[in-house]
Amino acid sequence: MGDLNTAMIEKYRNRFLKEVEANVEEGEWVKMCMQCGVCSGSCPLGKFWEHPPQEIFMMIRAGKRDEVLSSESVWMCTSCYNCIVRCPRELPITHIMHGLAHYAKRLGLVPKNQPTAKFAQMFWDNLMVKGRVNELKLGLNLYFMNGIGDGVKVALKNQKIGLGMLKSKRMNPLEAVGGHAVKDLKGFHAVLKKAQELEDKRLADHGA
Amino acid sequence: MTAVVATNETILVVGGGISGMTAALEAAETGKRVVLVEKRPYLGGRVTQLYKYFPKLCFPTCGLEINQRRAKMNPNLTILTLAEVTGLTGSEGDYTATVKLSPRYVNERCTACGDCGTAVEAEFDDDYNYGLGKRKGAYLPYRMAHPARYVLDPAIIGTPDADKAKAACKYDAIDLEMREETVEFRCGAVIWATGWKPYDAAKIQPYGYDRIANVITSVEFERLADPNGPTGGKLVRPSDGREAKKVAFIQCAGSRDRNHLLHCSRICCMASLKQATYVADAFADDAEINIYYIDLRAIDRFEDFYNKVRANQNIKFIKSKPASIVADKDGNPIVHGVDTEGYNRFAEPHDLVVLAIGMEPAVDKDAFPVSIVINREGFIEASPENGGVFAAGCASDALDVNRSAQHATGAALRAIQVVNRVARAEV
Repeated sequence: MGDLNTAMIEKYRNRFLKEVEANVEEGEWVKMCMQCGVCSGSCPLGKFWEHPPQEIFMMIRAGKRDEVLSSESVWMCTSCYNCIVRCPRELPITHIMHGLAHYAKRLGLVPKNQPTAKFAQMFWDNLMVKGRVNELKLGLNLYFMNGIGDGVKVALKNQKIGLGMLKSKRMNPLEAVGGHAVKDLKGFHAVLKKAQELEDKRLADHGA
Repeated sequence: MTAVVATNETILVVGGGISGMTAALEAAETGKRVVLVEKRPYLGGRVTQLYKYFPKLCFPTCGLEINQRRAKMNPNLTILTLAEVTGLTGSEGDYTATVKLSPRYVNERCTACGDCGTAVEAEFDDDYNYGLGKRKGAYLPYRMAHPARYVLDPAIIGTPDADKAKAACKYDAIDLEMREETVEFRCGAVIWATGWKPYDAAKIQPYGYDRIANVITSVEFERLADPNGPTGGKLVRPSDGREAKKVAFIQCAGSRDRNHLLHCSRICCMASLKQATYVADAFADDAEINIYYIDLRAIDRFEDFYNKVRANQNIKFIKSKPASIVADKDGNPIVHGVDTEGYNRFAEPHDLVVLAIGMEPAVDKDAFPVSIVINREGFIEASPENGGVFAAGCASDALDVNRSAQHATGAALRAIQVVNRVARAEV
């Protein structure tokens, strides 16, 4: 076979679709998309996306690996499920978007300062400490996510809500120091350790 | 009592639409005895409700007239209208059919003079026009109805309207004593031609068919275009009677959608192309037509028609399955979506939106009075297990009129072979 042929075969090998199918949650659905566009039109945040879902699916099939995995778009999904409900092929679009974001994160391809990714990391780190989300700490972290000046401004703006929550005992200021944990914190960490082992093994097997 | 003379050499045809009529006539014209059972008070089915055929844009009345003439001339054909098959027992070559006959309250002496219709007062939604207009309680279902005989709506029986109708009739054709009856007769083979119905558009929630007056279905639009229809052929919108010059056609409304119908309904692309010409013909350069599609399925000779429509500058094709329709304060439906050629978002106001509605089998999967193999789309599957029961036309698949007629002829041939075997004319 001539070099040109081999080059063309390489070009159209569709490796990225296979990679997505193997590594992305619900990724095996991507090939079912018939490009009708109902998801893109149904997305309430669609106009803020660089690439709407159906375009992402087309890009996956076209092998545009870097463009997809480093795209802001896969982080834009708010899980409203409009697209899933309307998709004529019943693609779990919301889940695929989260799956792609997760995979991009694993590969370290998340765009810098992507706010959704940042918050997700914050949520995860918070959760890992005590096995439950410390809402007070998470809230404070969120306020100060974009720097101290911005954090103070947001905090002042929400002052009244905070005081109201204190008064009605919906917020315990003592949670800011330490905070309470799940009953079996050791067990919780053991579960996570095991999960991480399984995940690492899976990644090693699939060579992602 | 109605008596039906039939033997196990008789062919029963269930459904008198274009497929059932075709199958019945083809069989009867070879000399077989045929009983044609039709639920409506007249023959022709949904074809009678079409304004024009694609792709030639000729009138269905022409072919219907030929078929009606064939039916009138043929002594082998028995037509039962307002009749429904409720049961079928036996096996290939020896069936017994049970048929329920609803009363028409008008006998064969009727001359269709129309005096009873003038005399009665109560009005009802006209189902022939998909509820877009009204009809009287004594009515001829449509201009060309065959049998050309009036019908009394069961709702006026026992009211003064019924007596008025009877008093107005000069031919003693109105018989208020008619009752529902059940007849049983034998047959050797059955042609099942119960056809299709439009998918319930209200189930496609984002398109707002049940909320927005100016979102209608393609079958309703067909009635608007018909000069004998509820608007006298004027393309006006339901909310305020304004002319519908800017019209959106939305393809795959219910079809090819796992939330609705699994199958492609086959006719809708061509139907919308055809209906686009109605708008273009009515308003010439003022017409503005947008066809929203996933892909257009116009093959073979249909492609010539597609190219002809495509050449019209006022007809635009937008590759998009719209996401939703909302109405603005003037009742204009606004179509929202993303054009997948270029990924442009649009929010396009129209005077009227026509949903190219999908075809579903007229008989519900679970409601078949006979044992028969049904596929997952609800259509009848050709199978040896069906014995002497053969599907014709849209009972077997989503088909256009042309293919329905071809399919019906094939079904007639299969039924003829069965009764020939019974008669030992064929082994």
